[in-house]
Amino acid sequence: MAILVDWDTRLVVQGLTGSEGRFHGLRNRAYGTNLVAGVTPGKGGQDVEGVPVFDTVAAAVGETDANTSMIFVPAPFASDAVYEAVAAGIRTIVCITEGIPAHEMLRLHAYIQGRGVTLVGPNCPGALSPGKANVGIIPAEIFREGGVGLVSRSGTLTYQIGHELTQLGLGNSTIVGIGGDPIVGSSFVDVLTMFEADQQTEQVVMVGEIGGDEEEKAAAFIEAEMSKPVVAYIAGFTAPPGKTMGHAGAIISGSSGTAQAKKNALEAKGVRVGTTPTETAELVAGLARV
Amino acid sequence: MARFGRAGRGRLARALDLYEYQGKELFASFGIPVSEGRLATSPAEARGAARELGCPVVVKAQVLTGGRGKAGGIKLADSPDEAEARAREILGLDIRGHTVHKVWIERASDIAREYYLSITLDRSAKKPLFMFTTEGGVDIEEVAATSPDALVRLHVDPLEGYHPWQGRRLVHDAPVEDPGEQKQIAAIVGKLYRAFTECEAMLCEINPLVVTPQGEVRALDAKFTVDDNALFRLPRIAEMRDRAAADPLEALAREKGVIYVKLDGEVGVLGNGAGLTMSTVDVVTFVGGRPANFCDLGGGGDAQGVVDALEVITRDPQVRSIFFNVFGGITRCDEVARGILQALDQMGIEDPIVVRLDGTNAEEGRRLLEDAARSNVHAEATMLDGARRAVELAGAA
Repeated sequence: MAILVDWDTRLVVQGLTGSEGRFHGLRNRAYGTNLVAGVTPGKGGQDVEGVPVFDTVAAAVGETDANTSMIFVPAPFASDAVYEAVAAGIRTIVCITEGIPAHEMLRLHAYIQGRGVTLVGPNCPGALSPGKANVGIIPAEIFREGGVGLVSRSGTLTYQIGHELTQLGLGNSTIVGIGGDPIVGSSFVDVLTMFEADQQTEQVVMVGEIGGDEEEKAAAFIEAEMSKPVVAYIAGFTAPPGKTMGHAGAIISGSSGTAQAKKNALEAKGVRVGTTPTETAELVAGLARV
Repeated sequence: MARFGRAGRGRLARALDLYEYQGKELFASFGIPVSEGRLATSPAEARGAARELGCPVVVKAQVLTGGRGKAGGIKLADSPDEAEARAREILGLDIRGHTVHKVWIERASDIAREYYLSITLDRSAKKPLFMFTTEGGVDIEEVAATSPDALVRLHVDPLEGYHPWQGRRLVHDAPVEDPGEQKQIAAIVGKLYRAFTECEAMLCEINPLVVTPQGEVRALDAKFTVDDNALFRLPRIAEMRDRAAADPLEALAREKGVIYVKLDGEVGVLGNGAGLTMSTVDVVTFVGGRPANFCDLGGGGDAQGVVDALEVITRDPQVRSIFFNVFGGITRCDEVARGILQALDQMGIEDPIVVRLDGTNAEEGRRLLEDAARSNVHAEATMLDGARRAVELAGAA
């Protein structure tokens, strides 16, 4: 099973001919991901190590039946690439690109609602289902197959916690980096919903950080909707209070967005929160003294 | 993560806050009424500005923080002499850690009523959100907490955009009674939406939005925050960044493309990725240390990036030890090790450096450091042990 990416993934990489798209696309293929196509406008007909390149996503889908797209397109053109993938019928889109303007993400997020599209990212490391498929930049060698679902707003912190889990003999169903931008395509709640429905996933680790209220929403969701145990970790306990201008931010969130507020919200709903990545992994393994 | 050769930007450096005078300049360009004013950087300039504008004038400290009035940063002047004297008092003033280098002189407004109007990016709803209340002034958060009904909220669908009924709805629900005011404010709401979207703002706030005894509505203050990610296509706003106002170390870091936030302790912290670096700062604190900074190498992290980051960190005289916590993904640990050795050669760093490397090419990185056998470089196998060692060494140094 696993979620988002697996044996059935047929991957098209938008931006496959760029240096990063090429490096990571081929690395994903070497892992076993079924990389079927690349898209770069104006480079249709070329190939990257045998992977055919098309001018448009529609052409790539038409020729190769691609069903998942990974976006490695520079920020000024990245949201256009997502719209193009949606229009071509792609339903799972992983956007690695960092730096997409927030106003573009507002419109894009509104656009994909109700279209049956799952967008992971932007500014994310992607999704890895160990033993099945890797779509993104997560170093797969540090993870092994197992029953722990891992969802995180951070990239390298995900690797850290995954590494600690592996060292305790635990494996993962899927590791999903949802990205750290203010507006992302998939929220914690979206991914928790998938993990709850996934047979392979037995328990879930959620790695949050300061800012926004997605962890608080997840806390309410976990209590109301989830049967599987969830352990959380929040980064940024000692981050200095940001010099936020104006009052609107404080008024609308109703939450301070601090790590402590998130920890409190999660613990109030019965979710255990580790104080360090090490303790978080121990909580998952049932080793920690709680 | 993937940044395609552009300067690093992490979660801690994502928005550009503008000064009041810059915000008002933008407001004016969208047709939002503001008082006429001049910028001054010396008491003499303030005097000249007051003479040109005609007194009375208000002398307002230009700093990127709130609470200016309470700190004595906003004063009335009835003559050019007085404007000069008030500017002398305000320039150089420290307001919540921000030194005043500029004052904005504007013609004083008679005020009958004070309202509050803002539009911000509501992360939770993922839509722009207007907020408006007739109970304006400084304690707006208090209004929101104690009489939430007085604060009218209205989301805008980002795909549909703004429609004039939304401005009418805000003034009706507030409520604003006077038809002349209603009309002016509804028009300002529409213009504010244009300013918000066209300047790709995260926040546009007018507090207070005043009504004069003659019934004219005007923005008396401006809080304007713009998305860093959009600055590449907003050159006019990008130029408004005040490089001199930033902490000198943070300014150096920005110049070098390193994400750096100065903290107040002794353990320099360097990680790759915002989440892991934040977590490292936390762990250093939990094991009893005081972090000197947050420094994120970002997604790439070649040897030169490491050298640049170490240059920034070691400029802080409070630093007693440095903890390098790197989990290689895109970042290659051998490159990090090379950067550390290169920095040691170039800068003669004597502070102890604790290095923990895992992930891509970690073994090669560890071997490089081991072979170099520098007396002040200490390898640790885990994040927790590395943090403990760095804290211990900071105490011993």
